[in-house]
Amino acid sequence: MSTVYTRAFEAPPFNKREMLRYAGCRSADSAIEELMYDAIREASEKLSYNVCFCIVPVVIRDDVCDFGSFCLASSKLAKNLTGCKRALLFGATLGIGIDRLISKYGFTAPSKAVMLQAVGAERIEALCDRFCAEYEIENKVKLRPRYSAGYGDLSLEAQKDIFSMLDCHRKIGLTLTDSLLMAPSKSVTAIVGIEEEL
Amino acid sequence: MNFKEFLKNNIVYLDGGMGTLLQQRGLQPGEHPEAWNITHPDVIVDIQRSYFEAGSNVVCSNTFGANSLKFEEKELEAVIKAALDNARTARAHSAGEHQKFIALDIGPTGKLLKPLGDLDFEEAVAVFAKTVRLGVKHGAELIVIETMNDSYETKAAVLAAKENSELPVIVTNAYGADGKLMTGATPAAMVAMLEGMGVDALGANCSLGPKQLASVAEELVGAASVPVVLKPNAGLPRAEAEKTVFDVLPKEFSEDLAALVKKGVRLVGGCCGTTPEYIRALVKSTADLTPVPVFDKELTVVSSYTHAVKFGDKPLLIGERINPTGKKRFKQALIEGDIDYILAEGVKQQDKGVHILDVNVGIPDIDEAEMLKNCVCQLQAVTDLPLQIDTSDPIAMEAALRHYNGKAMINSVNGKEESMRAVFPLVKKYSGVVVALTLDESGIPDTAEGRLAIAEKILNTAKEYGIDRKDIVFDTLAMAVSADTSAAKVTLESLYRIRTELHCHTSLGVSNISFGLPNRDAVNGTFFALALGKGLSAAIMNPYSTDMMKTYYTYNTLTGLDENCREYIGVADSFTVSSTATLSETGLKPSDFGSELQDSIIRGFKDKAGEITRELLASVKPLDIVNNDIIPALDKVGRGFESKTVYLPQLLMSAEAAKSAFEGIKSAMSVSGGSSVAKATFVIATVHGDIHDIGKNIVKLLLENYGFHVIDLGKDVPPEAIVHKTVSVHADFVGLSALMTTTVPAMEETIKQLRENAPWVKIFVGGAVMTREYADKIGADVYAKDAMEAVRFAEELLLS
Repeated sequence: MSTVYTRAFEAPPFNKREMLRYAGCRSADSAIEELMYDAIREASEKLSYNVCFCIVPVVIRDDVCDFGSFCLASSKLAKNLTGCKRALLFGATLGIGIDRLISKYGFTAPSKAVMLQAVGAERIEALCDRFCAEYEIENKVKLRPRYSAGYGDLSLEAQKDIFSMLDCHRKIGLTLTDSLLMAPSKSVTAIVGIEEEL
Repeated sequence: MNFKEFLKNNIVYLDGGMGTLLQQRGLQPGEHPEAWNITHPDVIVDIQRSYFEAGSNVVCSNTFGANSLKFEEKELEAVIKAALDNARTARAHSAGEHQKFIALDIGPTGKLLKPLGDLDFEEAVAVFAKTVRLGVKHGAELIVIETMNDSYETKAAVLAAKENSELPVIVTNAYGADGKLMTGATPAAMVAMLEGMGVDALGANCSLGPKQLASVAEELVGAASVPVVLKPNAGLPRAEAEKTVFDVLPKEFSEDLAALVKKGVRLVGGCCGTTPEYIRALVKSTADLTPVPVFDKELTVVSSYTHAVKFGDKPLLIGERINPTGKKRFKQALIEGDIDYILAEGVKQQDKGVHILDVNVGIPDIDEAEMLKNCVCQLQAVTDLPLQIDTSDPIAMEAALRHYNGKAMINSVNGKEESMRAVFPLVKKYSGVVVALTLDESGIPDTAEGRLAIAEKILNTAKEYGIDRKDIVFDTLAMAVSADTSAAKVTLESLYRIRTELHCHTSLGVSNISFGLPNRDAVNGTFFALALGKGLSAAIMNPYSTDMMKTYYTYNTLTGLDENCREYIGVADSFTVSSTATLSETGLKPSDFGSELQDSIIRGFKDKAGEITRELLASVKPLDIVNNDIIPALDKVGRGFESKTVYLPQLLMSAEAAKSAFEGIKSAMSVSGGSSVAKATFVIATVHGDIHDIGKNIVKLLLENYGFHVIDLGKDVPPEAIVHKTVSVHADFVGLSALMTTTVPAMEETIKQLRENAPWVKIFVGGAVMTREYADKIGADVYAKDAMEAVRFAEELLLS
């Protein structure tokens, strides 16, 4: 039986270049910068950085990945996990606060909503990176690039198995809609191959 | 003894974890634990018997996830029946002479409610209602609603319990390390809503260990007038030799909880990782403790989905601007269903510093119930302030209160029998603090004695309905001083006597006092100061009035309510600078304003664009401003965006500035009785199943800028609703947005239905996963890769 753990993080360092990229800006004048700093300031008060995770066994058969209690068919994921005996399964979320802000500004100032969207995109990536990096150090392992449902030939349907395995709602308040969207929206679930111990 | 009686004078022991124990006995990940009621009844009975024998007074049925989203109807009944049978068997075979009750356990659905998720509030109520009815049918003795991490879902569950049973209800929420629910509610906010809805006990469970939940427990005890429950986890899990163990052991757990029982917690148990051993230790550690009596805290509190607002600490400001009375532009927005205008009023008032927003949408010829409910729901998506539901129509009042997330303020009831009969049952059922006007069948008394007598009558009648005085706030009615110069005196005297003799809080619609007088703000400001001096608790007021805000901040400063004068210093500057001064400071002549307007729009200065437009309107025709300044500026930015020299945020800032200019023009036109002529009508929506709407909002903003009449149906919109609207307004265009591949089928279905019912309409599609090929395949007319392209194509189609 695999235990699901939860972990809360402090805010990882901000990468403003990435934020601008997500906002569709190749450069920034003072107005854009002001918009970005405003968005960062407002978002920061509402963000939380929570992750739930568990370790599952991996057996690859043809293009099917068997994780013990569920299997996923995907040749790309199978390739990604080849050689791994275990995988790290995780769900990460920034919480509902930023969705509320995006929704508010979607009505009153869409420019800020776009920027908040970009901040959220950068933040959730930064959270995933931080979590994986710390996991590698603490457990003295090397992780493969993370792989999410909806990438390549891994169906979005895989979310159902991942959610049920991780108990995401109870652990970090992350839910799945009937159309397989995540709510809160600034969230990621992923499967990460664990390479043999260093 | 029944449960409610037992609860009065005892420390109540609940049970501990079930899931972790089932996992130890072989429950697989992804398997429904509730199914074990039927497949492994012996295991369930054994665990529950152990809890009873360890000293639990209440054991929960193994029905945490037993709901109609996870089980088919027949299966659901079988599971719930078996679960309650198992609990009864466990009780019958357990040793120990203590009181033993069996609770129907209800956990969250695992879905997030709209607007941020996709589960409809009424659907959530219906899901819980099915479980409750089955629980009642199969013999549950009380209902335990637990591990709820969202206030709205909690409300749905409590409503279902109250509407479908007479059983006692206990509610516990899952608070995070920040002391709030996942969706933001504080303990005080949850106390306000749950107590108002009449739950028998409330508290916290899961998430954390007893030490981390201590501050939440103390906050609950400090705010609640009903017994407080605490069921922490056994700390955090860790893996040890292929087994999951928790880091807080029974001894530490029970000692930590005993300390909290001494502070007033009255129902204790455990959640994840706790076992009968923990309960046994808990009973032992608290055996000699006397239960701390629960008393009424007499707090007047309203709440939103994030926080509680308490009467009595500081005077409260209730923003009055969401109200069509005397506002042509607002009426026009209501008639056109322009909800954005209303939402913007809410956000602006919040920025001005009000604590509560009054919401009144009553005009003839609209469905007020539907409109009020919609406004309340949509406002709660853009502001976290508590709302004051303001209507004289009990049907509208109920629709809004039912869907309100929190404990609302209600405006109003009065001393007439008919009014009290209509309003009090709603206050009782949905919770709320109600504004009571001191008038009755014989009108408004001329004297303070008369108004006081009505207040007393209202309090007595409220009591008959089970509504406490703390949930009534009196409005002693400010009347026009121009009609009767003693009007203010009587109002103020009544106010003072209600505060001091009846010990109730008060509220006033301040601005009525100056009706019929010139420079009303000056009169209002002084009257507000006098009323505050007499103990006014809250004012329904205009936060854009400098006089009112001056009075508020200076009053707080002078009465020691503003520490270090910090708030006053923060706003003091805004009291001296008027908006016209800023413009004259620019050194511009009126003739320069046109080019200046273009410049403001291009550079995205929202406020300035609005100000200049208002200046310009004094001398220039509205349509000339549109054609000579706004449109050229927009075109320039639009071309920049297309040639990639202007980025999306810049395009949008310009569009927002243009919108602010248009808003000035719309107000001018609604005052002059004219109306703007739209180029064409565009119905837009994010399709069913999709809850992201930023792309759609961007398209809407730009289309409006370019003169299209846009009807925004929102997100997650069923095909039928889109077809219905398109046909009823005979729209020229429909714009559909979808973000995910999983929602494209809904888009395709919408197009199919539109083709059948509205063959004339041109259909635009867009969104992250959309491509031209995809658009062709599902039968759309136009694929627009971004908002600017949508505008261009729509304009081309109009010309062709």
